[in-house]
Amino acid sequence: MMAKFIAKTYLWLLLVLLYAPILIIMIFSFTEAKVLGNWTGFSTKLYSSLFAGNVQHSLIGALWTTFAIAMLAAIISTLLGSVAAIGIFNLRSRTRQVVSFVNAIPMMNADIITGISLFLLFVSFGISQGFTTVLLAHITFCTPYVVLSVMPRLKKMNPNVYEAALDLGATPFQALRKVIFPEIRPGMISGFILAFTLSIDDFAVTIFTIGNEGLETLSTFIYADARKGGLTPELRPLSTIIFVTVLVLLIIINKRAEKAKAR
Amino acid sequence: MQKSDCIIGIEHVYKYFGDKAVLNDVNLFVRKGEFVTILGPSGCGKTTLLRLIAGFQTASEGEISIAGKDITQTPPHKRPVNTVFQKYALFPHLNVFNNIAFGLKLKKMPSATITKKVKQALKMVGMTDYEYRDVDSLSGGQQQRVAIARAIVNEPEVLLLDEPLAALDLKMRKDMQMELKEMHKSLGITFVYVTHDQEEALTLSDTIVVMSEGKIQQIGTPIDIYNEPINSFVADFIGESNVLNGLMVKDKLVTFAGREFECVDEGFGDNVPVDVVIRPEDIYIFEPSEAAMLTGTVTSSIFKGVHYEMMVQTPNGYEFMVQDYHCFDTGMEVGLLVKPFDIHVMKKERTCNTFEGKLVDATHVEFLGCVFECKEVKDIDPETPVKVEVNFEHVILEDNEEDGKLTGEVKFILYKGNHYHLTVFTDWDENIFVDTNDVWDDGDRVGITIAPENIRIIH
Repeated sequence: MMAKFIAKTYLWLLLVLLYAPILIIMIFSFTEAKVLGNWTGFSTKLYSSLFAGNVQHSLIGALWTTFAIAMLAAIISTLLGSVAAIGIFNLRSRTRQVVSFVNAIPMMNADIITGISLFLLFVSFGISQGFTTVLLAHITFCTPYVVLSVMPRLKKMNPNVYEAALDLGATPFQALRKVIFPEIRPGMISGFILAFTLSIDDFAVTIFTIGNEGLETLSTFIYADARKGGLTPELRPLSTIIFVTVLVLLIIINKRAEKAKAR
Repeated sequence: MQKSDCIIGIEHVYKYFGDKAVLNDVNLFVRKGEFVTILGPSGCGKTTLLRLIAGFQTASEGEISIAGKDITQTPPHKRPVNTVFQKYALFPHLNVFNNIAFGLKLKKMPSATITKKVKQALKMVGMTDYEYRDVDSLSGGQQQRVAIARAIVNEPEVLLLDEPLAALDLKMRKDMQMELKEMHKSLGITFVYVTHDQEEALTLSDTIVVMSEGKIQQIGTPIDIYNEPINSFVADFIGESNVLNGLMVKDKLVTFAGREFECVDEGFGDNVPVDVVIRPEDIYIFEPSEAAMLTGTVTSSIFKGVHYEMMVQTPNGYEFMVQDYHCFDTGMEVGLLVKPFDIHVMKKERTCNTFEGKLVDATHVEFLGCVFECKEVKDIDPETPVKVEVNFEHVILEDNEEDGKLTGEVKFILYKGNHYHLTVFTDWDENIFVDTNDVWDDGDRVGITIAPENIRIIH
C-alpha cells in the first residue's frame, strides 16, 4: 500500500516537473502582465492582441514564414522520401542495408553539424541565403524520417501486388499510383506529420541557413527577441497554441500507430 | 506438335541469375485450351518459367510467343495473360468488387459493363453477394477465389496459376482442384499451372511438364508420365516407386535384384545397364509359395488409410516398397511377384561421371577446378585437354568438408533398393554423382575425394 503510494507520488512528481515550464507559460498566457511571473488577473487580452495585429509585425511574419517552410518542406520531403523508400526497398539486400544505414546517419547527426555543413555548402556554391536555403535545409533533414516511416509499410506489403497490377494491365506508373501509394499512404501521412513538426521546431539548422536579409522563423525570432532583453508577452499565447497543436498531431500519430497495430 | 495451333511457344529459352542458369534451353509448346501443369521440386525453375511467360522477368536468351506474336520483350501489362499468385496478391485497400474491376477499369469500360462482368466472374467462382466485403475479412480460400475472378474477368487468352492452392488446407485444396477443372472446361481458355504437388498435377492436367534443375525432363499426359517415366528423376518424383539398377540382357529380358525377369521392353541392345522402375502397387505380396519370384522379410508395415505400405528386404540385400490391401506384419516371410508388363525399363542417363579436364603432368590431372593425382599416363602430353571418367561408387564423401579435395552440397537422393544414388552439386558449379551405402541428407555439406587409381583418363 505504502509502496504503491510512493510509486504513484514519484510518478506524478516527475510529470509535474517535466511539464511545469509549459504549464507556467500556459497559465501566464491568460494574464496581461508584461513580465512573466506577475499575475494581474485573468484576461485573454494577449490572445486577442496576438490575432489583432498589435504585435510587432515581425512576429506574425516569422509565424507565416515558419508555417510556409514547414508545409513546403513536409510536402516535398514526403514525396522524395516515399519515392526513395520504394527505390531502397527494391535494391538487393546488401545494397539496401548500406543505403538504409546511409539514410540513418543524418538522423543521428547533431543538428549543429548539419547546420554548419549546409551553411558551408551554400557559401561555397555562392548561393545567397534566405527562404530557399532554409527550405532546402529542412527538406534535407526531414526526408530520412519519411523514408524511415514509409519503409515498414513496404516491408509489410505483399511483394506480388505490384506485379498483380501490371498483370491486370496497369502501366508501371498506374501501378505505383493505384496500388503502391494507397498501400503506403499511412506511412506517408505519419512521415508528413513528423516532417512538419520537425520543421516548425528546428532552430540549429535554421539559424545557419537563414542568412541576414531579415528573414525570421519563429525560433530565430524568439532567440533574437530574448537577446534584446525581455520576451514579447504575446509569445506566451503563441507557445501555448503551438504546444497544443503539436500535442494534437502527436495524439493523431499515436492513434494511427495503434490502429495499424490492431489490424 | 504443329506450331500453328499453339497458343504459347517457348523456344530455346535460357535465364541466368548471375552465372547460374535457372532455365537451360527450355522448349515448350502449349496448345490452345490445354491445361498444362509445370511440375518440379522447389528451385527447379518452374516459377521462373511462369514469370517469363507473364513478363515479370525477361529471358536471357530465346524466344517466347503467345498467339503467334513474339512477346519476349513485351512488358507484362501488354500481354494477353493474367496471373493468379500463390499468396493471392489482392489489393488490400480495395473491396472485392474493386479488386475484380481493377483490370476492366484500366481498360476504360463503361461502368454498367464492368458491374455485369464482375457479377458474372463472382458467380463463376461461387462468391455471389461478396462484392462489398473487405478482402481482409475473407478466408484464404475465398481470397483465392477472388484472385481467380480478378484474373478471368479480363478474359485472357492464357491464365497462369502459380501454386494457387499451396496456402490452403488439404480439404479446401481438394475442393478447389475440382472447381478449377470445372472452370477450365467452361471457360475454354488455356491454363498454365505451376505446382510441386505431383498428385495435384496428375488430377488436373491434360499435359504435365516435369522440370528439374532448369531443364524439362519429360512432357506427357498424366498417364504417360506415371506409367512411362523417362528417367529415374521423373519416376522418383511422380508417385512412389522402386528404382533399381538393372542389366538388359536382351530384348524382353532384364536382370535386377540378382534375378532375371521377363519384361515387355525392347530395343535397348544386349547387356546394357538400365534403370528399372516398379511401382509399389504393382508388386504382389503373399505368403511364400512357388509362385514367388523373390522372397524376403517384411521390415516395416504402415497403415496408410486405403492400403498398407510395407518394406520387404530380400536375402541378397535389396529393399522393395510394396503397397497392398492386406497387411503382412513386420518380421513375416513373404513372396513377391511382378508381372512383366509392370516392369518399366529406362535408359540410364549416365553410367559414370564424365568431366572435361586437362592433364597437368604425367601423374596429375585437373578437373572440377582442382588438381587430382592420377595413375601415370604415358602417350599424352601435359596441358592437353582430356576426358576424365570416375565411377559413381569410387567417389568418396567425407563428413568434414576440409577432408575433401573438393566441397559440395548433397542435392538429390535416389534410393536404389540396396544403395543411394546421390547428386552432389560441387562448389565448382558442376554435378558429381555418387553411389554410397551411407545415409546423407538433402543439403548436407560434404568433402569429396577420389583415389588416384579410380580416375580414368581418356584422350
